[in-house]
Amino acid sequence: MSEEEGIFSKKNLKLLTNPLSNANPITVLVLGICSALAVTAQLKPAVVMSLSVTIVTAFSNLIVSLIRNTIPNRIRIIVQLVVVAALVILVDQVLKAFVYDVSKQLSVFVGLIITNCILMGRLEAFALGNKPWPSFLDGIGNGAGYGLILVTIAFFRELLGSGSLWGYKLIPESWYIANGGWYSNNGMMILPPMALIIVGVIIWIQRSRKPELIED
Amino acid sequence: MKVLRNWFDKQKPHLEKGGKFHMFKSGFEAIEVFLFVPNHTTKQGTHIRDYVDLKRTMSVVIVALIPALLFGMYNVGYQHFVATGQQLSFWPVFGFGFLKVLPIIIVSYVVGLGIEIAAAQMRGHEVNEGYLVTGMLIPLVLPVTTPLWMVAIAVAFSVVFAKEVFGGTGMNIWNPALVARAFLFFAYPSQMSGDSVWISLGDKAIIDGFSGATPLSQAAAAAAKPIAEVAANHGISYSLMDMFLGFIPGSIGETSKLAILIGAAILLFTRIGSWKIMLSTVLGGLFMGTILNIFAVNSYMAVPAWQHLMMGGFAFGAVFMATDPVSGAQTNRGKWIYGFLIGVFGIMIRVVNPAYPEGIMLAILIMNMFAPLIDYYVVQGNIKRRLKRAIVKA
Repeated sequence: MSEEEGIFSKKNLKLLTNPLSNANPITVLVLGICSALAVTAQLKPAVVMSLSVTIVTAFSNLIVSLIRNTIPNRIRIIVQLVVVAALVILVDQVLKAFVYDVSKQLSVFVGLIITNCILMGRLEAFALGNKPWPSFLDGIGNGAGYGLILVTIAFFRELLGSGSLWGYKLIPESWYIANGGWYSNNGMMILPPMALIIVGVIIWIQRSRKPELIED
Repeated sequence: MKVLRNWFDKQKPHLEKGGKFHMFKSGFEAIEVFLFVPNHTTKQGTHIRDYVDLKRTMSVVIVALIPALLFGMYNVGYQHFVATGQQLSFWPVFGFGFLKVLPIIIVSYVVGLGIEIAAAQMRGHEVNEGYLVTGMLIPLVLPVTTPLWMVAIAVAFSVVFAKEVFGGTGMNIWNPALVARAFLFFAYPSQMSGDSVWISLGDKAIIDGFSGATPLSQAAAAAAKPIAEVAANHGISYSLMDMFLGFIPGSIGETSKLAILIGAAILLFTRIGSWKIMLSTVLGGLFMGTILNIFAVNSYMAVPAWQHLMMGGFAFGAVFMATDPVSGAQTNRGKWIYGFLIGVFGIMIRVVNPAYPEGIMLAILIMNMFAPLIDYYVVQGNIKRRLKRAIVKA
């Protein structure tokens, strides 16, 4: 039985790596799109957001999986919500204490992690039916899959939209039209529609490389 | 001609699958059908093939655009020399504009056709002629000072995301030329609006007292003041004749209403543009203009409805953009609704929303999106009416 199974057995590793590619929560399951559009105008908030979501998903998966046999089926959603909400408040307070400016930028979206579809999806589909350790790995994997896409989007949006990365200016000031140069930042990159288009492009690239993911 | 034909025929075997030049097949065929009549024949069943195929349709639209293009070139030079306080004869003025506009057209075609040919080759399709018109429309709706790299990015964006992802020519939801303009408008607002982008100055200084504002931005600026303080003609300093003939700042092709009317006449005479859409767009604009005139709480809203037709890109949009057969409504009743709402929204956005100096671009894009819905309900309504007429006797 699974008692003999190593903690990093092939099956468990798959839980970690699958959400990065073939079962990616954003590009394949199309969950968590709203926050992917909202927090990716710059790299820093996107990284902080991905870390927060990863932590919340992993620990809520773990906790719900631990108590899964005692949760009455009829009220399971409300129990899950209580667990998630407690974790989100913890994360929110930590962010406010240590990275206040990023926390202000993320504003309501940290609180909205509670309603993130990835979380409820993983709790319902995985944690309720699996042991704590695989559930924890599944949470980390899905958080990482979410973060991978967020960081990719934020990289292009910040580079092309603000000419910087992680807040550091990469494009020399003398290039800009206002200073007699020829360059101008792409203002559309700052607007949410461009995030949606970048998600679309990522999905496009992924599906054309793995045709088995294409739905009819 | 015979020599050319023989050369084309001789190259053909190399371009088939396995031939050494197979990767150039789409580009080769595009040039061949552009130079010669395509020899499509129907393989089965009896069909009648009209010789007015997509290529001929597109060529006629290009011809219809030529008056606006030539006048646009002249006006670029004219505005330059007015702004810098010089007086020159016709040819130097036209020559200046020609040299400013030509690079934009070349960039538009090179980038757009490059992507089209690459996409066609990748999918094993033929290259469609749709881009011929789009490539000419894009330069005409841009300010002459738009940097060429921005033109290239906008063209690439619109061809890939407004056209190829939906399946190429004939499948697009939005008019690709307007998507390119909308992309530039939102991505680089400081190069697409304001008072300083419409006139190419080169390295010359602007003379005193010349603002470079378009009639639209003058009217919009006057709207902020109390009505009593606004100068005559709602703050617009250009005469009606200048606005009609096109001696005003603006996007390259949109200024001359006369040139656009000539183009409209060509489109209507050859029945390539839909008169229903053109007429209903104008009616919609007049309707909305009249409503605004009735309320007229500021000087912009008091601009006579008919004068709106002569300002900004309304005329150009109504004639060349709204009538795009792919993205517009297809049913006859649908065309009336589609055009009318373009006119209504175009004037409404222009006058009521201060964030957007010109509304016709956004109005056409909105209605492009609703065109299939309009068509759907027109067809459903038709079916219902006919069902009712059929009485089944029990």
